[in-house]
Amino acid sequence: MLRGRRRMECTLDAQSLISISLRKIHSSRTQRGGIKLHKNLLVSYVLRNARQLYLSERYAELYRRQQHYPDGAPLLAMPACPPPAAAAPPELAVLPLPADTQDREARSCAVVRGGAELLEGPVCAAPPELQRAPCRDSSPGFYRAAGSAGPGGGGGGGSSAAPGLLYAAGCDFGTGGVPHCSSRTTVLDLDTHVVTTVENGYLHQDCCSQCPCCCQPVAGGPPFAPCTKRARFEEYSAEHPQDSSNISNLISIFGSGFTGLVSRQQADSEQPLNGQLCGKQALASLGAWTRAIVAF
Amino acid sequence: MAGAGGGNDIQWCFSQVKGAVDDDVAEADIISTVEFNHSGELLATGDKGGRVVIFQQEQENKTQSHSRGEYNVYSTFQSHEPEFDYLKSLEIEEKINKIRWLPQKNAAQFLLSTNDKTIKLWKISERDKRPEGYNLKEEDGRYRDPTTVTTLRVPVFRPMDLMVEASPRRIFANAHTYHINSISINSDYETYLSADDLRINLWHLEITDRSFNIVDIKPANMEELTEVITAAEFHPNSCNTFVYSSSKGTIRLCDMRAAALCDRHSKLFEEPEDPSNRSFFSEIISSISDVKFSHSGRYMMTRDYLSVKIWDLNMENRPVETYQVHEYLRSKLCSLYENDCIFDKFECCWNGSDSIVMTGSYNNFFRMFDRNTKRDITLEASRENNKPRTVLKPRKVCASGKRKKDEISVDSLDFNKKILHTAWHPKQNIIAVATTNNLYIFQDKMN
Repeated sequence: MLRGRRRMECTLDAQSLISISLRKIHSSRTQRGGIKLHKNLLVSYVLRNARQLYLSERYAELYRRQQHYPDGAPLLAMPACPPPAAAAPPELAVLPLPADTQDREARSCAVVRGGAELLEGPVCAAPPELQRAPCRDSSPGFYRAAGSAGPGGGGGGGSSAAPGLLYAAGCDFGTGGVPHCSSRTTVLDLDTHVVTTVENGYLHQDCCSQCPCCCQPVAGGPPFAPCTKRARFEEYSAEHPQDSSNISNLISIFGSGFTGLVSRQQADSEQPLNGQLCGKQALASLGAWTRAIVAF
Repeated sequence: MAGAGGGNDIQWCFSQVKGAVDDDVAEADIISTVEFNHSGELLATGDKGGRVVIFQQEQENKTQSHSRGEYNVYSTFQSHEPEFDYLKSLEIEEKINKIRWLPQKNAAQFLLSTNDKTIKLWKISERDKRPEGYNLKEEDGRYRDPTTVTTLRVPVFRPMDLMVEASPRRIFANAHTYHINSISINSDYETYLSADDLRINLWHLEITDRSFNIVDIKPANMEELTEVITAAEFHPNSCNTFVYSSSKGTIRLCDMRAAALCDRHSKLFEEPEDPSNRSFFSEIISSISDVKFSHSGRYMMTRDYLSVKIWDLNMENRPVETYQVHEYLRSKLCSLYENDCIFDKFECCWNGSDSIVMTGSYNNFFRMFDRNTKRDITLEASRENNKPRTVLKPRKVCASGKRKKDEISVDSLDFNKKILHTAWHPKQNIIAVATTNNLYIFQDKMN
C-alpha cells in the first residue's frame, strides 16, 4: 500500500477506484448473460480494499484537523464502545436488523469499527434511543423498498432477507439486509428499481451538537434529511431536491463483504456523475462516524 | 527452447491460420475454447456465437515427410443458441465455454460442449455411402406411383461424397443456477462433472434428467460469500478424484469415496501470499483461471493472472514450480483493472510428455516453459509470420529501462489482442493457439 508523502494521492486513487468499481458493478447488470458472480465478487474485494484505505486516510486527516480544535469535544475523549471487532473480514456477517434488541448497538459499533480502524466511537456515544428510533422507523421502509421481503424480512426481525438487491433475479442470491442504523444506506433493488436511502440523520445531528468540530467542513449544506426516504430511480431529483447536497451517492459497504456492497444510489440526473464533484460534497459532509463510501 | 536450434530445443514454425482476415472482429466469431481429441486427429473450437468447428488432420503423406498433416475443416455445427429464461428475465449466452472430447469407441466421435447453463453431448459421424435403388421412391425422394412398379430390386449402398453429420444425443439442462465454467470427463468414461460458480454436479452420460451435486460452496447467507469455484477437473487416472480451484487461489482435491457431498476436501493446495506484493488487486490476481492435471496424474498446473504454478499432488503447502508469465504487468494492474483486462481468464496446457507447459498472454504472445531446462520462450501468433515452415522468432518484452532492438515495451502491448485459449496435441509437437477470432496452428520444425 502507498504510504508517506503520497497519502493524498493515494486517497484520490482509492476514491476513483471505488468509483470505477461501482460503475463496473452497475454496468454488469445490463450485460448479456446475466450478472457474473465471479467478477462481481472480485470487484467487491477491490472496493473493500479501496474503502479501507480511503477511510483510514480520511480519518487520519480528521484527526490531524482536530489537533487544531482542542476545545471542541474531541472525538477521542468520548467514551469508547465495547471493544471493537477486528478489522472486518469480508466474512463478517451482516447484522440482522432486529429493531429492538439491546445488543444491536454494540454490534453496529463493531461493524463500524471494522470499517474504519481509526474510528473512536462517537457512534456509540449517541443515546441508544436516538440510534434505534430512526432505524426502527426506517427498517420497514427499507424492507418494503427492497421488494418482497424474504423470510425474516419486513420489520427487521430475524435474519435479513431482502432478495434481489442489485442483482437481477436470475441468480438466487437472496438476502440483503444491511445494517444501517449508524450511517446512510442506499439500496437499489434490481427487480423493482426502487431506491431506498435510509439515513440516520438524528444521530448525525445529535453528534454534531456535541462535537461541532466534526461538522466543520459542512459548507452550509443543509442538514441531513430525515430518515426513510424512498425514491424511484428517475424521480429522485424531483421529489427530494434538498438532498442534492447529500447526493454524493453514498454507498455503504460493510464488513459483510459481498451483497452488502452492491448497493448503489441512483444517479441524480441533474447532477453530473462526477467523482470529483460528489467527492468534494461528500467529503464536506463526512462525519467521522459515517461508514459510507463516497462514490460517483 | 530458445529457438536457436541444437539439442532438444523445439523450433516452432507457422503451419496454418484459420479464420477471417479482417481486423473488424464479429463478436460471434470470437473463439472461446480450443480442444484436441484424444488422438490429436481432431481439433475442435467453440465460439461466442455458439458454433463448434472441428478440424481434421490430414493423413500423413509419405512424400511430404517434412511436415505433419494439415488441419482442414471437418464439421461445423451450431451447438447452442441464445436462450431466454423468462422466469428470471435472464438472457443465456450461447457462447461455448468448454468442449471436451470423449475417447473414441466406434466409428463416431463424441464431444461435450457447454454454454453457461446447458451441456450437450454431440455425435459426429461420417456418412460416405447412401442407399440407392428404392422401389417406391425416385432418386430425388419423390414417391413413385405404385402402379408403375413392375419389378422389385434390393437397394444397394453406393459411395457418395463424404458428409459429416453432427447430432445432439443428450442434452443436460437445468442443473446449474450459476454460470458453468468447466466440464470434465471421468476416466471411467461413463460420468462427467460440470462446475459452476458455486456447485459441482456429477452426471452419467446416459442420463439427462438427473445429476448429483457433489460440491456446494454456497453459503447459507450470500452475504458471507467470499469465494467461487473457477475450474474443476477429474484426475486422469483415478476415477474417484477431482480437483476444483477457487477465486481465492486455492485448489481442493476431493475424493468421491469419502462422502456423497464432497464439501470437505481431502487436500487443500494453497500458497501463502507474499505480503510485499499486496495491493488493491491482490485478490483478483490470485484468482485461479484454469487448472489442468498432467497426463501422468502426478502434477497439476494452475494459472492465475500473472503466473503458472505446478503443484505436486503430494505437497499441499506450496507449488513445486512457479513460472512468471508477464510479471511486467504487476505495475500496471490499475489500468488493467480499469479496462477489465485483469479479469481475463487465461488457460494453460501441458504437452504430451508433461515436460513443457504453455499459456497465453497479451499482444498475441504466448509463452512456453520447459520444466526440465527451466528455459522459457515467448512467441507471437501473427499473420506476419505466415509462411509455412517459417521458424517463429522469440519475442521479448522490455519491462523498464532501455529498450533493446526487437524488444517491445510494455506500453506498446496491445491488450485487445489476447491469447486465452491454447491446446497442445497429445502426441505430437503441434499446438493450436487462439487469438481473438483466428486459430493458429504451429508445428515443430521437422528436418
